[in-house]
Amino acid sequence: MELLGLSVALLALFVAFGFMVGVFFGFFGMGGSFLVTPALLILGYPAPVAIGSSMAFVFGTAVIATMKHHDVGQVDYKLGALMFVGIALGIEAGKMLVYGLEAIGRAELVVGIAYVLLLAAIGAIFVRNAVRQEADDQDADVEEDIPEIARKIKSYDVPPMVTLTDGSKASMWTISGVGGGVGVVSGFLGVGGGFIRMPAIYYLIGIPLAAAVGTSLFGALMSGAVGAFTYGLDGVVDLGIVTALLAGSALGARIGSAATAYIDESDVTIYFGIMLLLASAAVALGELATWLALPILDAASFVLLVGSSAFVTAVIFYYGAQAVRTSDRQPAVSARGDD
Amino acid sequence: MIEVVALPQTVQAALLVVVVLLEAIVFYVGYGAVERIAAPSVIGTIENA
Repeated sequence: MELLGLSVALLALFVAFGFMVGVFFGFFGMGGSFLVTPALLILGYPAPVAIGSSMAFVFGTAVIATMKHHDVGQVDYKLGALMFVGIALGIEAGKMLVYGLEAIGRAELVVGIAYVLLLAAIGAIFVRNAVRQEADDQDADVEEDIPEIARKIKSYDVPPMVTLTDGSKASMWTISGVGGGVGVVSGFLGVGGGFIRMPAIYYLIGIPLAAAVGTSLFGALMSGAVGAFTYGLDGVVDLGIVTALLAGSALGARIGSAATAYIDESDVTIYFGIMLLLASAAVALGELATWLALPILDAASFVLLVGSSAFVTAVIFYYGAQAVRTSDRQPAVSARGDD
Repeated sequence: MIEVVALPQTVQAALLVVVVLLEAIVFYVGYGAVERIAAPSVIGTIENA
């Protein structure tokens, strides 16, 4: 029996995996898309299908996140619109890179290695931040409105200069460079790219942090839409996978987001970092499985990826339940249903 | 079921984006309704567990 073109077991797996990814996205504000492409690669989907479907999933989650933040998020729509051309060209370049590698039979390998490095790097940053936070919990950093490097970049007058919503000026070259650079990463890896775009908007374009978060989200929406359309042109997006993942993630994101009202993020950050390091090892195992033609490593790789995600989801639920029992805080965010 | 195979690729790709957009809206609204109904009793159950 098949539903949405998937066996019932596979459908249940994607809904469950989407749920976990959604919990991470709702709780940490990231961690969604960069687990989906590796999971699809490990399951044996060709790189273009894995990346294209992940991009469509990114679009769906970005739509949901934008609806959640529409009344509280500060978004510089003008900057988002100015980045659009760069994003679109970057995604097209990323896609061409994937197809170029696919033509020589190296797409899965190269994308896999890129993910091993990416997940390891982000995981290491999370673990390091968690350890540092424990070490100097009281030494809270006060974020500058605009960092020094952004002020310096803004001081260079490279025409055409455009005026942003906050009245400051930025070179169209910087804006297009940020949009294009993140677009290439998005199109090549099938990710929203928020983990690069948000810092890039803050440090390179010089948008205040609060607006950088919202503007980056708007950028993810555009990246997802362009990516889904671009890969959709080649008919490689599996709508069944996207629907199953979205069905799970939309629910998980609500629960993850509601959990932030009860749990101190720093309590579980280290688990998330470790999970990303294990995900990196899982992708490496998957590559090794292909290289050595050992299917058992493929199975181990999949168990490691899904198992570590399930473990961190369980940790968030455990901390959440503990906090609910011991706290008299009201679930203000979730009760409104507009988080 | 809508037959989309005969449509041009551009239209199919645009339809794909529209379908994902609609799915996201439906899931967001649907789960929002479920949350409003179920959240208080779930929280109450956990508190009393």
